[in-house]
Amino acid sequence: MLTIQFNGQPTSVPEGTTIEELIQSAGIPSRFCAVERNLEIVPKNRYAITTVEENDSIEVVTLVGGG
Amino acid sequence: MVASSEPVPDKLLKIGTHTLDSRLIVGTGKYETLDGMRASLLASHSRCVTVAIRRERLYDGQGKNLLDFIDLDRYTLLPNTAGCYNAIDAVRVARLGREILKTLENPGFDWVKLEVLGDSKTLLPDPLATLEACSRLVDDGFQVLCYTSDDPIMAVRLKAAGATAVMPAGSPIGSGQGILNPNNLRIILEYLKSDDPDYPVIVDAGVGSASDVSIAFELGADGVLLNTAIAHARDPVMMASAMHHATLAGRQSFLAGRIPKRLYAQASSPEEGLITSRPHPSAGSD
Repeated sequence: MLTIQFNGQPTSVPEGTTIEELIQSAGIPSRFCAVERNLEIVPKNRYAITTVEENDSIEVVTLVGGG
Repeated sequence: MVASSEPVPDKLLKIGTHTLDSRLIVGTGKYETLDGMRASLLASHSRCVTVAIRRERLYDGQGKNLLDFIDLDRYTLLPNTAGCYNAIDAVRVARLGREILKTLENPGFDWVKLEVLGDSKTLLPDPLATLEACSRLVDDGFQVLCYTSDDPIMAVRLKAAGATAVMPAGSPIGSGQGILNPNNLRIILEYLKSDDPDYPVIVDAGVGSASDVSIAFELGADGVLLNTAIAHARDPVMMASAMHHATLAGRQSFLAGRIPKRLYAQASSPEEGLITSRPHPSAGSD
């Protein structure tokens, strides 16, 4: 298992987990989100081929109401 | 001839490459319900709404997402960097917003409402960090709509840094105090429009009621951006409608050209043909 920071929370995931699997397992609809891995944006077409590594910091953001 | 009640023709608000059908930009935050937000947006007649970028949480109990309540064919989204306190975070958040909007194929993907705050109590902008973030985002290809204080010199600096629009605050965010320093706003408008009358200046923040919106337009602002004044009104939909009418009223009042203010009265009825006599000669006349 790997330990990553997932939206600020320490999270254990199996080795080889892709961004796509991570988003799916969290129940997040990827239509409305963007992903940042270690401060770099991961383009949507790379979710399925980008695997997370030990100590990665992953942020998944969406749009919310704001002014 | 029957007088038309339609608004007089006005050119559309152009901000960079974007053209908006309404001069009112409204926020999507602080609404009690998403249904109420949707109805308020419609009543405001706005065609551009701001959104914030936050960590994704699991759907709420009803499985609702903000974007399920915003008609993306009707509204251009304007993502903001609200909640950022330094230039690095503001650039990060702006890029993430661009990524989401590109996926949604919304035309707003290439612009951003830049907001870099200096203090969480006043929510006043940090001028140094705002200027730095503005330059970086312009270099990165963004059209930057830059939230700032009502300081004319800062407004000039932001325009020089490449901001597509400068958006001075009327008063602190969410304070509802209206336009506290109309003279600063007059100077900003004069300076920023001196070489380009169409350079967009948008009053952002501080609006409390419809009259504040009209005053902003009468001063010569090109647009007004507001959120709390509608979302926290007792009747948000009615207030949204009031803001729409205040936008039209203020803009038309500006275009029509107001009379100068005078110290003394000027009679509206003719002086000639009076059958009465004046009781006393006024001091300094007759």
